[in-house]
Amino acid sequence: MTSLTIVSVYPEVLGTYGDSGNVRVLERRLAWRGISSTVLDVPLGAALPLQADLYVLGGSEDEIQHRALLALRESGLQSAVGNGAHVFAVCAGLQLLGNSMRRGDGSQVEGLGLLDAVTERLGRRVVGEVEARFVDAALPTLTGFANHGAGTELGPRARPLAVTTSGLGNGGQPRGPEGVVQGSVVATYLHGPVLARNPAFADWLLGRVVGRELRPLPSGPPEALHAALVGNR
Amino acid sequence: MTARTRARPVSPYDGAAMLAGRAAGSLSRLLRRGAGGTLPGRVALALRPQLIGTLSADRRLVLVSGTNGKSTTTRLLTVALSLVGPVVSNADGANLLSGLAAALMADAGGTGTAVLEVDELVLPAALRTMRPAVVVLLNLSRDQLDRVEEVHSHVGRWARALRESPDVHVVANADDPLVVAAVWEGRRSEVGVTWVAAGAPWRADAVLCPRCGDAWSLQGDAWACADCGLTRPDPSWQLGSGGELIDPTGASRPLGLALPGRASAANAVMAAAAADLLGVPVVEAIRSFSGIRDVDGRYLRVDVDGRDVRLLLAKNPAGWLEVLAQLTSDTGGILLGLNARTADGTDPSWLWDVPFEQLRGRRVAVFGDRSLDMSVRLHYAEVAHDVVPDVGSGLAALAGMPVNVAANYTAFVTARAALRAAAA
Repeated sequence: MTSLTIVSVYPEVLGTYGDSGNVRVLERRLAWRGISSTVLDVPLGAALPLQADLYVLGGSEDEIQHRALLALRESGLQSAVGNGAHVFAVCAGLQLLGNSMRRGDGSQVEGLGLLDAVTERLGRRVVGEVEARFVDAALPTLTGFANHGAGTELGPRARPLAVTTSGLGNGGQPRGPEGVVQGSVVATYLHGPVLARNPAFADWLLGRVVGRELRPLPSGPPEALHAALVGNR
Repeated sequence: MTARTRARPVSPYDGAAMLAGRAAGSLSRLLRRGAGGTLPGRVALALRPQLIGTLSADRRLVLVSGTNGKSTTTRLLTVALSLVGPVVSNADGANLLSGLAAALMADAGGTGTAVLEVDELVLPAALRTMRPAVVVLLNLSRDQLDRVEEVHSHVGRWARALRESPDVHVVANADDPLVVAAVWEGRRSEVGVTWVAAGAPWRADAVLCPRCGDAWSLQGDAWACADCGLTRPDPSWQLGSGGELIDPTGASRPLGLALPGRASAANAVMAAAAADLLGVPVVEAIRSFSGIRDVDGRYLRVDVDGRDVRLLLAKNPAGWLEVLAQLTSDTGGILLGLNARTADGTDPSWLWDVPFEQLRGRRVAVFGDRSLDMSVRLHYAEVAHDVVPDVGSGLAALAGMPVNVAANYTAFVTARAALRAAAA
């Protein structure tokens, strides 16, 4: 297979919670298998390359999220996804991919419409550790740290990525849906960064992009961290 | 700005509140429930909220705030101002209102100078209630995002508080766009502001203009926003590129600090500018700084079985960036400590904002409650390392070499105790 292209979308503004680490994890786990990849950090204001295999979006503060959304509306990301590109988004990145979202000032803005999801402000900020069971993927427990002031409800075309077993889900509910899967778009509210904490999830995501299951890597620190966090050593 | 000489008599209500507070503190110490440090302040303030204003009314008061460097700058300033009179300070680092009250209660009725470090979230309340003569604003960057959602909210809060306190003289870091935005909004003039070019290597929280939110290109030392006009002010004091102090006359002076690192030098220039304003000449201030060898364990240097071991504190990405620069300029082993307790912030995701790749090829070990999070960060940075259960095992794993120990807050506290015991 030829080299994969991963675009880190506006990492300087969509990266408040260390989410840029997700790109690092994906790139290294490919390299350690001998699969070459190119990571393009595309800053806000620059044109988004539209031929990439995977676009990665992270979390941000409210005002900056709105600026990123305005830029993404003009970026051509929707057509890239229409042509089969994959997207992995976290927190604010998840919210702006939906049909609409409510900003901190109460105004409602239209999202990119790549996820059948609507985001409204929550009465109380969701902050804390989350564990969740994957819904469709046969993967070990999802672990991460949620930190968001708005909650997301999924429409019929979107599937939850997981269901929380401890901590709060997308909409701030216990035992609620966590994350979203719709076509080639996978999104979650969880930081950590989430792919650093969940190596099997990272490999599952890469497998979808590459189009085949990847050979396992030797067990190491990521597996030790996952085991320690989910308490099933 | 001269100190007033006569103390106001303590009112019976204030006296009773302080008595209750001190009793609670003594009882706590007697029962060995914690250090009892802030308890007197907490109890007294609960009984008498206006006490903090009364306690500070007859003093010359200096507040020091910012994300990083509060304790070190407070210590430097305390030592310099002690040259001209008695100074009280919250040297224990208790920097919420209760801690400030406790520090002032320890010298109730005193009329000297008080130099107090203040949590950046508490600064607006402290400015409103305490009427300081001078406030020193060091820097603002992301820290404990599980508790403080957005660093940019500090800018607005600081600006409002400065607007409501027109009499306080501001000593502010001209190189930090967030600090500059807060002071511009809070003052709208240069009157009563002393700008210090103390540097700000961490720029990830200023990728957009912190005043108007416009996309700007923050490059070089002389930045400006084309949209709203926010501009890096002309500083009267500067930290020179060789780590020297440049005073308002343009005279350049070596700092000669025992404390290592760029951040210490930056804090020293901020402290010298504030000390000058309060009547301590720069030459004398610098001389007083050189006697400080550690600040409550920060930069502590001990001999452990013939090995030179240095302790560094880094609590957030901006702090780690400074500490990494120091680790890479030094030789020997590196022991990294990471916890994620309440005082640290419970989400250590920020580790990925720190370029630990710089440690490739070094001898590294990691300890702490969340050593595995650090281990994964180093794994992906391709930095070989050992995971060790504690500081002692870390020093053993790094046998035969000097060691720099760098840890976040509660891990630092653990390491400090371990190193003091090992050196004793």
